[in-house]
Amino acid sequence: MFDARPVDTDYVRHRAAQFRAQVARRLDGSLTEDEFRPLRLMNGVYLQLHAYMLRVAIPYGTISPDQMRMLAHLAQHYDKGYGHWTTRQNIQFNWPKLVDIPDMLDLLASVGMHAIQTSGNTIRNVTTDAFAGAAVDEVADPRPYAELLRSWSTDHAEFQFLPRKFKIAISGGAKDRAIVAAHDIGLRLVTRDGQTGFEVWIGGGLGRTPLLGQVVRDFLPEEDLLPYVEAIIATYNLSGRRDNKYKARIKITVSERGLDVMRAEIEDEFARRRRDFHGADREALAVFRDRFAPPSFRNAPEGDYEAERAKSAGFRSWTDTNLHPHRVDGYASVIVTFKAPGATPGDASAEQMRLLANLAERYGHADLRVSHDQNVVLPHVHKSDLPALYAALRDAGLATANAGLTSDIVACPGMDYCTLATARSIPIAQEIAEHFREQGLEDEIGKLNIRISGCINACGHHHLGHIGILGLDRAGVENYQITLGGDGYDIPAIGQRAGAGFPAEEVVPAIDRLLRAYLEIREDVSERFIDAYRRLGPAPFKAALYPEAAHA
Amino acid sequence: MSKAFTPSAAKPGVITANDLREGHNVWMCEDGWTDDPAEATLFEDEAIAELALLKAIGQANLVVGPYIVEARRGPDGPEPTHFREAFRQRGPSNYFHGIQARKSANPQQANPQQSEPAHV
Repeated sequence: MFDARPVDTDYVRHRAAQFRAQVARRLDGSLTEDEFRPLRLMNGVYLQLHAYMLRVAIPYGTISPDQMRMLAHLAQHYDKGYGHWTTRQNIQFNWPKLVDIPDMLDLLASVGMHAIQTSGNTIRNVTTDAFAGAAVDEVADPRPYAELLRSWSTDHAEFQFLPRKFKIAISGGAKDRAIVAAHDIGLRLVTRDGQTGFEVWIGGGLGRTPLLGQVVRDFLPEEDLLPYVEAIIATYNLSGRRDNKYKARIKITVSERGLDVMRAEIEDEFARRRRDFHGADREALAVFRDRFAPPSFRNAPEGDYEAERAKSAGFRSWTDTNLHPHRVDGYASVIVTFKAPGATPGDASAEQMRLLANLAERYGHADLRVSHDQNVVLPHVHKSDLPALYAALRDAGLATANAGLTSDIVACPGMDYCTLATARSIPIAQEIAEHFREQGLEDEIGKLNIRISGCINACGHHHLGHIGILGLDRAGVENYQITLGGDGYDIPAIGQRAGAGFPAEEVVPAIDRLLRAYLEIREDVSERFIDAYRRLGPAPFKAALYPEAAHA
Repeated sequence: MSKAFTPSAAKPGVITANDLREGHNVWMCEDGWTDDPAEATLFEDEAIAELALLKAIGQANLVVGPYIVEARRGPDGPEPTHFREAFRQRGPSNYFHGIQARKSANPQQANPQQSEPAHV
C-alpha cells in the first residue's frame, strides 16, 4: 500500500498557520480585500455565488481512506454535508465560512493534505489516469512521475507567477485516459527500444479558445523528465503573453509563435538546465517508486463472482459497465459513479465518503482514486469480493450501473454555485440522466460521453464530449449550445457547434431527438454514437436537432 | 460579474455583497445589511446609490465585493430582474441551501412546501 502522506506535514502546517494569521489581519481591518484576495486564492479559497469555496488538492486523484475520512469530517462539520469532485481530480467544498477555513486547513494538514496551488497562475494539480498501477494496458505506472512533478512544482520559486495557470496530465496506458491533448503539458508514457520515456505534448487547452495540444518531443527519456518540463515552462514564462489574460495560456503562445519556434527554444533551454540536475530527482523518483509499489495481490479463486453474475441481473449489469480490466488475474478496478439519476454529478455526501473509505480498506487494498470524470475508483478489488462490495454500494445508492453511459455526465457546478457561470449545468445534467433512465434507452444507446459547462471557461470539458452542452446567457435567459463529435480519449477532437442554442426546457427534447436518430442510423449496436458521427458526419445529427430547418 | 449598473427611477437597483466572515449573500437595508433581499433598500437615484455604495465599500470589515445591481419594485420588496441575482437570492437549485434555507429558518418567512432534501 502506498504512503498517502507525501507532503512534508510540518511545512503544510506552517502554511496553514500563515493563512490563519492573514485571515485574522483581514478580519481586524489590517488587510483590505484587494490585499487579501491573492493570499486566500493561494490557499484555494474562492468567493463564489453564494459563499466561499475551498478547493482541496488530491494529487493525481490518489487518496487514502484516512484522508477520505477527513474530507467526510470537513463536509459534515464545516460544510452542508457534502463535497464536489472536480474534473481535475480535486474536491471543492461549497459552503465554508472564512472564519472556519484556518481550522479546516489545520485538519487537512494533519493527514498531509492542503489547498496549495489549487488556484492562481501556478502549476496546478498534476492529473493522471484513475486506473494507474492497475490497468492491463499500462506501459508504466504514471504516479511516481506525477509525484515527482508534484513535489518539484510545489512552491517552485521560478514558477509562482506564470502568465496564467498551468495544467499537466500524465498517462501511463497504451490508451490515453488522462486527456493529455487538452493540457498545457501532456505526457504519455511510451517505450522505445526497451527504454521508457514520454511522448510530450504542449499547448492543449479548452476554455474560450479550445485547442488540442501538439507533440513537441516524440520521445523523451524518462530520466530527462524534470529538466525538460522545466525548460518548457521556463520558455513559456518568458514568451507567454501577459497583456491579456485570455491570450496568456501556453496554447496561445504555441499557436501564435509556432510549434517549431517553441521547440527550438525549449531544446536550447533544456540543454542548459539539464546540466543543473545532479541526480537528486533520480533519487527522489526511486523513493516514490517504492511508495507506489503494488499491494500484495491475492492469488485466489474468483469465488462466487460468476455464480452471482448468473443469478443477479443487477450485479451482472453493474459488473458489465462499472469494471475496468486489471493487469492481475482475478482482479478488477471498480468505478463507483456519483451519477445516480437525479443526483448532482460529482457530489459525495460525508456518509458516502466514509463508506468508500471503509470499503477500500476491506476490499480494495486501501486505495482510492478520484477520477477526472467526477467518479471514484477502487483500483484493486479481487473478483471474489465484488458481490459483497456491490451489495454495500447498492445499499448506499452508489451502485448505479452507468459508467461510460448516457447518465455518466460530467458537469461543472455552473450557476448553481459558480460566480463565473453564465447558466446552470446541474439541472440540465439531472434532467438528461432522469429522462434516459425513464425511457429505458440507456443500455441501448451504449457508450456515450455527455459533458456540460456553465460558461465558456469549460470546466465541464464540453468540447470533449461526444455531445457537449454549453450554458450561456442570451438576453437574460439561460440558453444552451450543443457541440457534437468531441473526444478526449481515442481520437482527440474538439466538438463542433451544431447550430443555434436551445432554451433550458428544450435541451432534453433535443438530445432525445439526437439519440433516437443515432439509434436509427447506426450500423449495429457496436457502433457508438461517436463512431456513427465520424462515419456519417454532422448532417444527420444536425437534422435531428433542427427538424424544422431540415424540412424547410 | 454584472457590469456596473447605474440606477434610475425607471430602472432602480439594490446594493448587494457577501458577508465577510461567513460568505453568505447580503443586501444593504435601512439599518445595515440583511440576508433577506426583500428588505433591501431600493435605490432610484444615481447619486444616492453611489454614495451608499461608497459607504458599503467603506464597510470592508463587514462585507466583500459590494455592487449595485438592477432590481424592480415588487409587492413584498425589491425583486431581481436577472436570473443570476434570482439564484443569489434563492440558493442552488439542486439542494435547499443558501438564502432560501436561511429564510425558512425564520418561521415568519418559512415556506411549508419546501424541506431539506436528503443527499443522494
